[in-house]
Amino acid sequence: MNMKKTTKYICTLIAAAAFILLLVFLESNKNTYGMAVTVLQKGFILAVVAVSMNLLNGFTGLFSLGQAGFMALGAYTYAIFTIPLESRASVYYISGMNPVLAGIELPMLAALLAGGLVAALFAAVIGFPVLRLKSDYLAIATLGFSEIIRALIASPQMDTITNGSYGLKSIPAASIYVVIGLCVISIGIMALLINSSYGRAFKAIREDEIAAEAMGINLLKHKELAFVISSFFAGIGGGLLAMFMRSIDSSTFKIALTYDILLIVVIGGMGSITGSVLSALLVTASKEWWLRFFDEPLTIGGVSIPLFRNGFRMVIFSVLLMVVVLFYRRGIMGTNEFSWEGFFGLIRSVPQRIGSLFRRKEGASND
Amino acid sequence: MSLSVFFQHCLTGISLGGAYALIAIGYTMVYGILRLINFAHGDIFMVAGYFMIFATATFGWLAGIPIMLICTVVLGVVIERAAYKPIRTAPRMSVMISAIGVSYLLQNLTTYLFTALPRPYPEIPVLKRIFQIGSVSASLVTFLTPVLTVALVILLVYITNHTKIGMAMRAVSRDFETSRLMGIRINQVISITFVIGSFLAGVGSLLYFTDRMSVTPFSGTLPGLKCFVAAVIGGIGSVPGAVVGGFVIGICETFLIALGYSTFSDAFTFILLIIMLLFRPTGLFGEKMIDKV
Repeated sequence: MNMKKTTKYICTLIAAAAFILLLVFLESNKNTYGMAVTVLQKGFILAVVAVSMNLLNGFTGLFSLGQAGFMALGAYTYAIFTIPLESRASVYYISGMNPVLAGIELPMLAALLAGGLVAALFAAVIGFPVLRLKSDYLAIATLGFSEIIRALIASPQMDTITNGSYGLKSIPAASIYVVIGLCVISIGIMALLINSSYGRAFKAIREDEIAAEAMGINLLKHKELAFVISSFFAGIGGGLLAMFMRSIDSSTFKIALTYDILLIVVIGGMGSITGSVLSALLVTASKEWWLRFFDEPLTIGGVSIPLFRNGFRMVIFSVLLMVVVLFYRRGIMGTNEFSWEGFFGLIRSVPQRIGSLFRRKEGASND
Repeated sequence: MSLSVFFQHCLTGISLGGAYALIAIGYTMVYGILRLINFAHGDIFMVAGYFMIFATATFGWLAGIPIMLICTVVLGVVIERAAYKPIRTAPRMSVMISAIGVSYLLQNLTTYLFTALPRPYPEIPVLKRIFQIGSVSASLVTFLTPVLTVALVILLVYITNHTKIGMAMRAVSRDFETSRLMGIRINQVISITFVIGSFLAGVGSLLYFTDRMSVTPFSGTLPGLKCFVAAVIGGIGSVPGAVVGGFVIGICETFLIALGYSTFSDAFTFILLIIMLLFRPTGLFGEKMIDKV
């Protein structure tokens, strides 16, 4: 089925307008829909990081597990430069702030960009040695790197900069429009990049490194580029997370955070931007909101079900991840992207699919 | 640092290194055969700690140790059968994600079942007895760990070099497809690899946690990663290499902590890894690998 370009634009516009209206509605009724506001913000922030991870893992075929480290760099840079001057003394109450940094306060956007740039800089420096490694060594080296970053941040020698293991507090927050707007812009830039000639080079590297090199693609240059850009947006995502959480410490950026993002990428489909965004929203919503009831004691008809208690939700999540990995390796979207044709095709095929479900049952009973 | 303090730290380091070495062997053997970083290995080691707690509580430590070892071995084989075997032909990234998924599952499951609070590890009176040699004193477990490690490694090297199943393992690690064509039962060989790896992880967990006294659902993550690094430093696929790597990391870590850089002791391991991968990616004892187009 082909749709006219104008129809698609109209559909996109309507969807965007509906989304903005929804945001305005939720924001103005914050008290009733507090959870939805939280989930939307956190979901979009994780979507930025998930897309940045997908850029490496799904599109370039480099298995990197350093996302949490780059997020930590972005988050700390953002926090250090934006904590209001008057509250710095109370944040750095243990050993005071480094005099070089103490007087500098950057506007929010500049600090966010600085966070991304710091992450990108670190990525560029470690990229040259690390990207020569083959797939699994790269995974371990990047994982190790993110642990090194975390150890550095928490170390007492960095007390005057990162406040060591006490973490940073009173980070200025931004409104939901700014946070989600920035997320959409970041994801948009990555989508444009993936659809450019660079993106095609990345995909060529993913499919076959040797063939890509034979086609004249400079392997190291493109891998480095993908790594730096991915880290830049992981840093931005980290900064946004700091903006959203308002207080951070080094234990926020444990390996578990990388695993959570990997879960989002795998469920959404390796190599699909819209898949990552969709899955980031779905996973965050179910984790923080819809599946909360798994953690609370459940009583049906006076009988309390023993399984439901703290931590059950995460067990369900891990089982879900295993099921996706083992049986639906393509995730929600596989390597496809969202398109209006596909969307309407899906809606139109729903009655048919239900019908075929019944027909199959009839066929089975005839056997 | 006086001489006796130095020896004291050496002893602690060697003991820690012995436990690391036992876990590193599990990584190196699985990697040698499946080309898979078994991210769940560190968590198998952690679950072994919980097995020991419950086995001891019910049967006493003497019967608890074999029960714990059997449970750990079963767990390792079940994980291989359920999570790695179905996707053996899939791209390596999927298998690695599956391993991460298992690790995630084990951590969340233990958190759910036993809460995230540390549980006291059972004290085995014999292992805790203090021995004094000159001015250096340590519990029996500290002396026992390196001895046990070396003995187990000699046994393992004997198995791989002089028995039929060992020959099969070497063949599979050299060429998966060809050895299948030669009539080697791949599934059996892989299962035995996991049996050996999990058994050693069980022994390692006994030695490691006896010194540390408590287990949490996350106490397997960092030792697991460090032991993988140890396996890489020694040359992945090589059992003696993994042992040397384990001792190197254990001793370095102990001395870094003794010198007051405890926050950097974890980071140091990974710096060592990156340096090693840059200058000698095949590790100390690894064979050179050639990529074929």
